[in-house]
Amino acid sequence: MKRYSIFSLARNALGHHANWQAAWRSPEPAAEYDVVIVGGGGHGLATAYYLAKEHGVTNVAVLEKGWLGGGNTGRNTTVVRSNYLWDESSAFYDFSLRLYEGLSKDLNYNVMLSQRGLVMLFHTHHEEMMAQRLAEAMRLGGIDSEILSVSELKKLVPILDTGRDIRYPVRGAVLQRRGGTARHDAVAWGFARAADDRGVDIVQNCAVTGILREGGRVAGVETTRGTIRAKKVGIAVAGHSGVLAGMAGLRLPIESYPLQALVSEPVKPVLDVVINSGTVHVYVSQSDKGELVIGAARDSYNSYAQRGSFPIIEDQMAALVKLFPIFSRLKMMRQWAGIVDVAADASPIIGKTPVEGLYLNGGWGTGGFKATPGSGWCFAWTIAKDEPHDLNAAYTLDRFSSGALIDEHAASGVGH
Amino acid sequence: MLLIECPFCGPRAEVEFRCSGEGHIARPETPENISDEAWADYVYMRTNPKGLHFERWMHQHGCRRWFCVARDTVTHKIRAIYKLGEAKPALDEPKTEGEGA
Repeated sequence: MKRYSIFSLARNALGHHANWQAAWRSPEPAAEYDVVIVGGGGHGLATAYYLAKEHGVTNVAVLEKGWLGGGNTGRNTTVVRSNYLWDESSAFYDFSLRLYEGLSKDLNYNVMLSQRGLVMLFHTHHEEMMAQRLAEAMRLGGIDSEILSVSELKKLVPILDTGRDIRYPVRGAVLQRRGGTARHDAVAWGFARAADDRGVDIVQNCAVTGILREGGRVAGVETTRGTIRAKKVGIAVAGHSGVLAGMAGLRLPIESYPLQALVSEPVKPVLDVVINSGTVHVYVSQSDKGELVIGAARDSYNSYAQRGSFPIIEDQMAALVKLFPIFSRLKMMRQWAGIVDVAADASPIIGKTPVEGLYLNGGWGTGGFKATPGSGWCFAWTIAKDEPHDLNAAYTLDRFSSGALIDEHAASGVGH
Repeated sequence: MLLIECPFCGPRAEVEFRCSGEGHIARPETPENISDEAWADYVYMRTNPKGLHFERWMHQHGCRRWFCVARDTVTHKIRAIYKLGEAKPALDEPKTEGEGA
């Protein structure tokens, strides 16, 4: 792999950028691998990268039915943060955020991490108490967090309507300064390039249609490009977790829903933090191109269609305009949805399955992007050592029968 | 926007309704006698199909009565609407990509 640097940029500029090396190969799939990862999104590619880098497992294929990062990795609102309530969550998500902080250097690929600060508004007395509990819990876990008063908030975000005459007046916010955004495509491409460099085969346009089992053990996968045998198979397919698990005869505590996002026309810099409101349910940041990137609640019924329903857009626009009257005449340019796999307790599953050699990484629901490096790192550990790391030991599939749930529905304060 | 035919009120817009997820999940007769795994299957595990899905809806901003909907989760097309307590209608599975999909 030719490293990217200021010198390579200058050299290639002289050659009119005609001589850049392809970022990854496009090999034909081999007949057998040590590990096959199903799903070429951020999580699958990160898993392959850390398998190679941390565990020396390089005979690995990542199988992607479409194109790299064309699923939820390319459809999210690019927010990274670690403001979680429970110890298991804050330890894991902050580990992921710390990996993000070193990721551009580690991958030799600029993921454009921008720690511009993440602001979670609260609007009611009860939310305020919950926010204080969250902020204190985060600090106990060694994660930065601050409570902002309305006047501090107004100074930080002058365009926010902090008047008392709106339906849900803003009462303050929790600020995580290390939160922010990263370029989602770059995360997928950076992991792909670095994994490919370490010998991982990335195979696109290769849909898995069946999971081979021999004597209760996984033996490989059937794909649209033939049978590929493997000693171990890891599933990291987000919205299709249930479909893949079904191929191995498993039922999951997961349902799939569309989560929408949309962007506005580009405007001059007007918002330099990420703002989220759980009560009126909208979140918004401004991209480097100047577009507002806006997200909201997931749709209310099960779906595998990558489009959302209009009532959700109506609700989030109403919330946006109420909080930011200045945005009322902006035009929205594009709208899309990704299919998110929501687990019953809104926490992920990263671990083993009842089928030996088959591993599951799913249930990320509406917040998988921020977890990408941490998820890949933990999933790689679990696959390589056939046991979870301390960071993901609680995220098992059998917590649903043991009762040891990690209930982040309530903690995020957002009506999922 | 879905147009949903409430069996009691007639066709109404999606925003009047609330979807309550998968239907036809029977509570175990004797929960005290079943394993934790069987209880977890009842409480948490879901079919989550890509294709035909049998679900419960409620006309929240209307008659507030419950009913069942058979809906395709890829096209969102409503295949059948029927009352609680009625058996699942016999419907062809739609064609979807791949085996098991």
